[in-house]
Amino acid sequence: LSQRVQAIYLWWHKPVIDQELLQSLPNLKVIANSGVGMDHLDLKLIASFGVKMANAPRAVSSSTADAAMALLLASARRLVEVHHISISPNVDYNEADILGVKVTGATLGIIGMGRIGYKIALRAKAFEMNILYHNRTRRKVQEEQAVGATYCEKIDSLLQQADFVMVVVSLTPQTRNLIGKRELELMKPTATLINICRGAVVDQEALVTALQTGVLRAAALDVTYPEPLPRDHPLLKLKNVLITPHLGIKTDKATFMITEEAVENILAALNGLPIPSEVLPS
Amino acid sequence: MWYHKPVVNEELLQSLPNLRIVASSGVGIDHLDLKLLASYGVKLSNTPFVVSTDTADLGMALMLASSRRLVEGYEMAISPNTEYFPVDWLGDEVSGATLGIVGMGVIGYKVAERAKAFEMKILYHNRSQRKKEDESAVGAVYCKKIDDLLQQSDFVLLAVNLTPQTHKLIGKRELELMKPTATLINISRGLVVDQDALVEALQKKIIKAAALDVTYPEPLPRDHPLLKLKNVIITPHIGSATKKTRRIMMEEMTESIEAALAGLPVPHEV
Repeated sequence: LSQRVQAIYLWWHKPVIDQELLQSLPNLKVIANSGVGMDHLDLKLIASFGVKMANAPRAVSSSTADAAMALLLASARRLVEVHHISISPNVDYNEADILGVKVTGATLGIIGMGRIGYKIALRAKAFEMNILYHNRTRRKVQEEQAVGATYCEKIDSLLQQADFVMVVVSLTPQTRNLIGKRELELMKPTATLINICRGAVVDQEALVTALQTGVLRAAALDVTYPEPLPRDHPLLKLKNVLITPHLGIKTDKATFMITEEAVENILAALNGLPIPSEVLPS
Repeated sequence: MWYHKPVVNEELLQSLPNLRIVASSGVGIDHLDLKLLASYGVKLSNTPFVVSTDTADLGMALMLASSRRLVEGYEMAISPNTEYFPVDWLGDEVSGATLGIVGMGVIGYKVAERAKAFEMKILYHNRSQRKKEDESAVGAVYCKKIDDLLQQSDFVLLAVNLTPQTHKLIGKRELELMKPTATLINISRGLVVDQDALVEALQKKIIKAAALDVTYPEPLPRDHPLLKLKNVIITPHIGSATKKTRRIMMEEMTESIEAALAGLPVPHEV
């Protein structure tokens, strides 16, 4: 069987692609990833075996952008908290316990304005949000204007002004712990951090301290490190934290589209054609 | 007047001979007898527009939370029994889905503006059709018959006033017209929905889920079936519950009261 395997469709992180596996599959031509993140793969190692790699960037962007807005809104309006109040046997509460923060007209700072970040900006614009963004490179003027986004060359400027900070970067050596103690302290004490990219982009210990000491108002995390968190982790107990189980792409539609995109990539690779969503080691 | 307290009835009005104005918080006035107030020469004001964007935001929040299973997801993420996140745990996509807005007033329209950015297909049902420019701006298609909207929508959002005509607007018949994969979102008034019919529809999977900011009564009795259904999100009438908006509501109410007491035209008079 191992002689006949030409393609691997990687579902989440299985199977683990290591030296041993690559050596056992001499005719492997392509690994197609389900999803867009490639941080769980050793790109150089795979390339050294002459195996091509592809991800599924188009399929994930709308569902992830939707999930980002879902988390932003749920956190701002304390949806999960107040739902539990609504259904609890003791329904005594103070107005103060159910008041949230306004989303319409607030300032959203998007860190990482790629495909997903841009789709978030399109959605946020409809909520009349003031949009700032920080990215490795500046987007074209027409793209900025279409969503009314202002470029912040320095991340500090974005952090100081935003009511909601949305992190949407790839995990790379440069973005690991991108949001640490320093960045959290630059944020407004009324601000909310939303992470829908990778847990390791945020210094989790610094985040716990910041949330416990009122340095930030709240956080909404679709991703953590690890996933799931150990059951005794402080983040699970904080009232002002919304954690979701990496659901960014977990819809029927996205799953279908991801598989379609992966199949496209695999067929192209096996036919010696250019791969639509090829990922090169860089 | 905050929420529905105090109750403004004949007895109260008779006991307050010098009462000039009742300033009501929020936009709904279904809890007040307008004829009765007028007969005592008492003015009435509300706070109509300030609540609109927060309520529209909440409508979107409920639709997203319900479709992506946020409440369940949170419970899974923090549960002591969770060892891993199952990969076949999926929600429904909002982007590209069909939203049917019942009641395209100020709030309904703001919901449409937001939903458009999610590339949703928007249908609406209203007492009267809106101007072509308004429709085009949000890509909304008018459904003169509510049935057409109910049959085609993935999400049905209620944003009507409560009036004798909209009382139990959504009953057994309407729920059965909806897709079995559809979600009902109510940000208007509990009485717009026949709650018993809703419970049955949810239990029998006639519709997929519901997300309710309003119920009748508020809050529901603690043994009410809606509180136990897994496919229901309930929030405690927080449509306008943000610090900024509450502050502005207070300011508007104070403005109306001061004007009435000074014999000046009352802003936000009903």
